[in-house]
Amino acid sequence: MVKPSKQIIRPYGDRRDDGVVQISFTLPVPLSEKAKEAAAVFTKKMGFSDVKVAAAERAADNYTFFIVYARSGMYLDYAEIDVPEVIVKKMSFDDLNAFIKEKVGRRIVVFGACTGTDTHTVGIDAILNMKGYAGDYGLERYPGFEAFNLGSQVPNEDLIKKALAKNADAILVSQVVTQRDVHKDNSRHFIDAAKAAGIHGKVQLLLGGPRVDHKLALELGFDAGFGPGTKPSDVANYIVHALLKKEGKEPKDAHYQGEPA
Amino acid sequence: MPGPFIDDAQIAHARTLAEEIVNPIFDLIRRNTTVSIERTVLRFFGISGAGARGVPLANLMVDKLKAAGVLNRGAAYWYGRALHLGAKSPLEAVERLTALPTDKLGPLSPEVEQNLRAEVRAEARSALEDMKSRLAARDALRQQFPMSPAPHKYVIVATGNIYDDVDQARAAAQAGADVIAVIRSTAQSLLDYVPHGATTEGYGGTYATQENFRIMREALDEESIKLKRYIQLTNYSSGLCMSEIAFCAAYEKLDMLLNDAMYGILFRDINMRRTFIDQYFSRRICALAGIIINTGEDNYITTADAYDAAHTVIASQFINECFAKRAGLKDWQLGIGHSYEIDPYRDDTLLLELSQAMLVRRCFPDAPLKYMPPTKHKETDIFFSHAYDVMADLVAIWTKQGIQLLGMMTEAMHTPLLADRFVALKSANYIHRAARGIDEEFTVREDGKIANRARDVFGQAMKLLQECRDEGMVAAIGKGHFGDVKREETGGKGLDGVMEKAPDYFNPFLEILEAT
Repeated sequence: MVKPSKQIIRPYGDRRDDGVVQISFTLPVPLSEKAKEAAAVFTKKMGFSDVKVAAAERAADNYTFFIVYARSGMYLDYAEIDVPEVIVKKMSFDDLNAFIKEKVGRRIVVFGACTGTDTHTVGIDAILNMKGYAGDYGLERYPGFEAFNLGSQVPNEDLIKKALAKNADAILVSQVVTQRDVHKDNSRHFIDAAKAAGIHGKVQLLLGGPRVDHKLALELGFDAGFGPGTKPSDVANYIVHALLKKEGKEPKDAHYQGEPA
Repeated sequence: MPGPFIDDAQIAHARTLAEEIVNPIFDLIRRNTTVSIERTVLRFFGISGAGARGVPLANLMVDKLKAAGVLNRGAAYWYGRALHLGAKSPLEAVERLTALPTDKLGPLSPEVEQNLRAEVRAEARSALEDMKSRLAARDALRQQFPMSPAPHKYVIVATGNIYDDVDQARAAAQAGADVIAVIRSTAQSLLDYVPHGATTEGYGGTYATQENFRIMREALDEESIKLKRYIQLTNYSSGLCMSEIAFCAAYEKLDMLLNDAMYGILFRDINMRRTFIDQYFSRRICALAGIIINTGEDNYITTADAYDAAHTVIASQFINECFAKRAGLKDWQLGIGHSYEIDPYRDDTLLLELSQAMLVRRCFPDAPLKYMPPTKHKETDIFFSHAYDVMADLVAIWTKQGIQLLGMMTEAMHTPLLADRFVALKSANYIHRAARGIDEEFTVREDGKIANRARDVFGQAMKLLQECRDEGMVAAIGKGHFGDVKREETGGKGLDGVMEKAPDYFNPFLEILEAT
C-alpha cells in the first residue's frame, strides 16, 4: 500500500498554523487574581502557550468559570488518520424515521418484555417507553416503530405468541435479575420457545440487561445483545440495519457506528 | 398585554367544554381509591418509616389490607382499628394489624365504629394542622425574603447523589436561579413505592424521597437567608406515587411540583384510571399546601411536531386547568406548561413562538405559566444552541411567563455542567432586564401573522375539545390525540392498584381537604 504524502495541520485561529484554541472550564475556587493565575497555570500545564484568560466569571461563591484562548504547539499528519469510511453513521431520531420511511416503507413492529420471573422493567422501559433514557427517546416515540412493551413477568411463550400475532420484526427480551444465572436459564428457555414457534432465525431476537453483552447473547442463540449504557437509539439503529440486511436492501457485511460487538 | 386575538366568549366556551370533558371522569374519581392514595393517608398519620430491606411501612400495611380484601374501607379506618388494639406507635400499629387473622377484620359494633371514626378524624385534623404550621414557616421565609420578579428562573440538578445535588443547587442559587428542580432517577415514576432515606446512587437523576426533600429544602433555606432572596424547590409528583410524593413535598415544604393529569398515561404508560384518581388526591394536597403545580404539555410537542400539534397543547391546558380547579387549586398555583419547540430551520419561528406563548397567556391570564426551553431541535453546536435558548428568554419576558426553565447550551449532550447553568442564568438575567415591559410598548396587530396563527391554533384546539367532549376523554386518548400516543383504559401499569370504595369507605383527609 502506498503511503499518502504527509499533510501536516494545526488548529486555525485567524492565520494558518497559528494553533489557536479556545477552552472553557470551571475551577472550584472563588473568583480572585489568584484564581485567574491558576487558570493560566492550568492551561500552560496542558501544554499551551500564549495563554490569555479572556474571561473569569464568578459562577458561584466558590466556583470560577474561565474562557481561555491559547496556542498549541501540537500538529498532526492528516494523511495518517485512518477512519474506515464504510461505516454508516448512527442516525438521529428524525433521520432514522425518515430512513425507515424511505427504505422500509412501513412501521417496524417491535415487542419487548421482561420475561420469566423478572419483575424489573427499568431496562425494557428505558428502551421502549416514550420517555426513553437520558434524553434519548424510547422506541414508542419513533413514528417509524410500532412498539409494544408487555411489562414484567411475561411468560416467554406469551411474548412470542403476541409478537407473532402482530407479525413482529423484532423481539426484545430484558433480563435484569442475575442471581444463580437465572437470566441465562430463562434466555435459553426463550430461544427454545422461539425455535418451537418457528421464528428463530426469522424474527430478530435481541437480549438486553446489565449483565448481558453481545458475545453472551450470540452464545445463547440471540441475534444481538445490549449491555449497560445502551440507549434506545442504539437499539433502534440496530433493528433498522438488521431488517434491511435481512431484506437484502443492505449488504450483509455492512458495518455501522454503534453496532453491538 | 398583547392581543385579545380571541373573543372572551370563545375562551369561556373552551372552559365549558373542558368541564364537560372532565365531568364523567369525576364519577370514576369519586367511586374509586388506589393503593397509592391509601398509603398517602398512612403517611399523613406519621407512618413514614421503612421496614426490612427498606420496604416502606405504608406499603407493608396497605399490601396486607389489600390481600385481606378490606382496603376498600380505607386505610384510615384500619389505622383506627390498629389504635383500638392498643398500638402505641405507628410501627406497632402496622405490626398489630398485620398480625391479625383475616377473620378478625369484621366490623365492630355501630357505636364503637362511630367513636373510632371520630377519633381518627380528630387525629387527621391535628395531622393537617401540623402540616399547616410547617408550611407557615415556609411562607414566613418567603415573606421575609421576597423572590425576584418573574419569570422565575428554573434550573435542574441531576447528579444522582443528594449531597452533590445540594452543592450544585447552592451554586445555581448563587448564580441567580430562583427555582431548583431535582430530576428523579430514571423510571422512578414506575415504582409503586416511595424509596426511603437519603440516597446517593441514581441513574439520570436522584431518587425522590422525603429525606432527600428535607435535605435539599434545608440547604435552600440557608441559601435563601444568605442571599436574602427566597429560592424555591420543586420535584415530580407523577407516576404511580403521585399523591405520596405530594404529601412528602408538602410536609418538607417544597414550593412546586410537576403534576399533570395526563402525563403518566401518555408518556409513562401508567393506567388511565389510576392516573386520573391519583392526580385528584395529589392536587388536593397541593391546593392545601400552596404548592404551584407545573403541567406537562411541553412534552406533547417533543413527540408530535410543535407546529402541527400546537393546538393539542392548548386543548390539554384547558383540561388540565379544569382538573386542577376541581381539586381546589387557585389560578396562582397553575404553572400551565408549554414550550419553545418549533423547528428553528422554519421561517418566522420567533413570530410563531410568540404567537403560541401569547395565546397561552391570553387563555390563562391569571396563571403563572411554566415555559420550557427548546430540547427537540437542540444541536451540539453549543454556540448556536445558546443563541437559540436566548430567543426563548425573550419570548418568556415578552409574554410574562411566571416560571421559565432555562435552556442549557449542552442540552443535546450531557446533564448540565456547573458553568452551563451559570452561562444560561447570566444571559437570561440580561434578556429579562433588557426587555422587561416590552409587551406594553409594542402592540401586536390583529391582522398580522402572530394574531392569525393564534386564531388558527385556538380554532383547532376548540375542534379537538369538542371531539373530546363528544367521544369522551378515554376515546380521545385512545385515538392518539395528545402527543401522538395511544393508550387504552385498561392498559398500562397500576390498574391492579385501583379499587372501588366500599359504602363505608373512610378517608378523613379527603373529607377535610374537600371541605376547605
